[in-house]
Amino acid sequence: MMAVPERTAQNVEPLKQYTKAEQAFFDRWEAQKVDLTANGSADAREAAIGGLKLYGLPTRRVESWHYTDLRAKLLDLDFPEASNDAPPVQPLVQVKDGVSAVGFNASKFSPDRVELSFQGSDDAVGQINAAFADDGLNCTIDAGASFDIPLEFATIVNGGQKHRRHTIVVEEGANVTFVERQVGAGGMGTSVTYLEVGPKADVTYVVVQQTSVASTHLAQINATIAADAKLTIFVLNAGGSLVRQEVRVRVEGENADFQLRGVNLIGDGQHVDVTMDLKHLVPNTTSEEIIRNIVAGKGHGVFQGRIAVDRIAQKTDAKMACNTLLLTDEGDFSTKPELEIFADDVACGHGATFTDLEPSHMFYLMSRGIPEREAQALLVKGFVDEIVEDLDDERLHEALVGIIDGWLDKNA
Amino acid sequence: MLEIKDLHAKIADTDTKILNGLSLTIEPDEVAAVMGPNGSGKSTLSYVLAGREDYEVTGGDILFNGESVLDMEPAERAASGLFLAFQYPVEIPGVPTLTFLKTAMNAQRRARGEDELPTPDFIKAVKAAAGDLNISMDMLKRPVNVGFSGGEKKRAEILQMALLAPHMCVLDETDSGLDIDALKIVSDGVNRLRADNRGFLVITHYQRLLEHIVPDTVHVLYKGQIIQSGDKALALELEENGYADIIEKAA
Repeated sequence: MMAVPERTAQNVEPLKQYTKAEQAFFDRWEAQKVDLTANGSADAREAAIGGLKLYGLPTRRVESWHYTDLRAKLLDLDFPEASNDAPPVQPLVQVKDGVSAVGFNASKFSPDRVELSFQGSDDAVGQINAAFADDGLNCTIDAGASFDIPLEFATIVNGGQKHRRHTIVVEEGANVTFVERQVGAGGMGTSVTYLEVGPKADVTYVVVQQTSVASTHLAQINATIAADAKLTIFVLNAGGSLVRQEVRVRVEGENADFQLRGVNLIGDGQHVDVTMDLKHLVPNTTSEEIIRNIVAGKGHGVFQGRIAVDRIAQKTDAKMACNTLLLTDEGDFSTKPELEIFADDVACGHGATFTDLEPSHMFYLMSRGIPEREAQALLVKGFVDEIVEDLDDERLHEALVGIIDGWLDKNA
Repeated sequence: MLEIKDLHAKIADTDTKILNGLSLTIEPDEVAAVMGPNGSGKSTLSYVLAGREDYEVTGGDILFNGESVLDMEPAERAASGLFLAFQYPVEIPGVPTLTFLKTAMNAQRRARGEDELPTPDFIKAVKAAAGDLNISMDMLKRPVNVGFSGGEKKRAEILQMALLAPHMCVLDETDSGLDIDALKIVSDGVNRLRADNRGFLVITHYQRLLEHIVPDTVHVLYKGQIIQSGDKALALELEENGYADIIEKAA
């Protein structure tokens, strides 16, 4: 038996001509490379931009980008000029009396402290970000710390480009919820997060994408989970015209648990892709992924979910479900589950459904006097709210329901 | 007043006929019990009254307060004052019970040209009605019927009935799945709602429920028709002798 192979780029050959978007990245690099490499990160950044120069942005011929042809979709980077006069963003969970900043240590991004790596030749998100990242959060949560409110950070994209790289270490036994938001009128943004979940820690990481529909957002979370720890990643996509959220998780310690919850609200003309690569590397670990999608108008959605179980990872229990509600005949959603199992004593399952509203639910609501359209709206909302209910923090739960309601009012 | 006149109905997708000329009139303040063996059409009757699409009315009429409901959508029937308490209340994940109750109450009020209920008044009404039925506010924050026990589901149906204040309540085997204590809570809930302008159609297999909800009239349904009517003594007779005698007499 072989160890689980890394995903590799296939059918990739050097390019002869660049697209406008590719050329724009390279022009940006020439203009900024002196500043970007000032702190001695030249090698890593050169490697990243070099990969892009060699292969360009990935096309549908690259397996991991098959349903999101980035080269064809990201034609240019002609986003409006960056503006800094946007109003400040309020946190989703607000507290009246303030909280004491005890239990963590945070600093701004600095390239000499953050590794500017990427994950192989098909990792366009990692490459673009490694080349250009110039801001982000660098944070350590102290062992045993816990917090009354989520720790929130937001990227405001108002034109131009924003490339952020976050490094978060959660030490043993800490209990913390993060909220990472992308907001603003839009532009070109990338966000790469490295998250280390220490032993016995309990971490919830919420990603909320709510930029305007003119925006491109490419994001990646790379997480490792140590023994007896739990990580829940919650992704709410409610904006952006071209969005890719990658979730790469390594379950490295026994009795660790990983949960992914995703709500993709995909409106007319939007393309939203959630791609997960999950590796169970040791015995006795669990994971569950539930993705719910609503597609309105001519929206396009993608969920790729890959679960790899190493040959030593016996007693792995992994479940994956992707359910889609298409509100029109014009929208579509592509879902691709992949299981690569090298151990022989595991329970792994996946399911994908395209659902209509359940007639018995409709009848029950209507029999109480709720007219058909209103009953439909209740059920559509319930379809995704059910996922948000899993969040323990009631205030955060309500804030996310508010974002979902706002989207449904406009689009459904 | 509910008048069911020579009603014929079949399952919409097939030719299976279930109701074959059913006639029954229920006065505005009457509690009528409909009893019958399995497969006689009891549940079909309740669904046809509520307007479920799976059934097709092929003949006869249903008049509620003098107007035919056959062309009315389920929501319109509900807003006009018809209420069906389900034998198997439906679980709806993701929709909190309070949201559902408020949406239903306000939809009915709008349909009748009334103003929507202000939230404090709504909460007050729910608290009062829920307290009577031993339903906690915590339970009402959960999604509709999800994770409720059999007894909780039936109590939740009666709560909806109390809040929507219908003029004709159809109770479809409300006693099924209830233990004695739950049966008492549910029956007390129904009895509290008895009024001069509120009729009940109580569908049941067993006399047991009718000891708690005492009917004015009892009707025996068999093969989609009412084959005998009487007062509450008829229910006792059925309990004693079963349906065979009456079916034989009617044949």
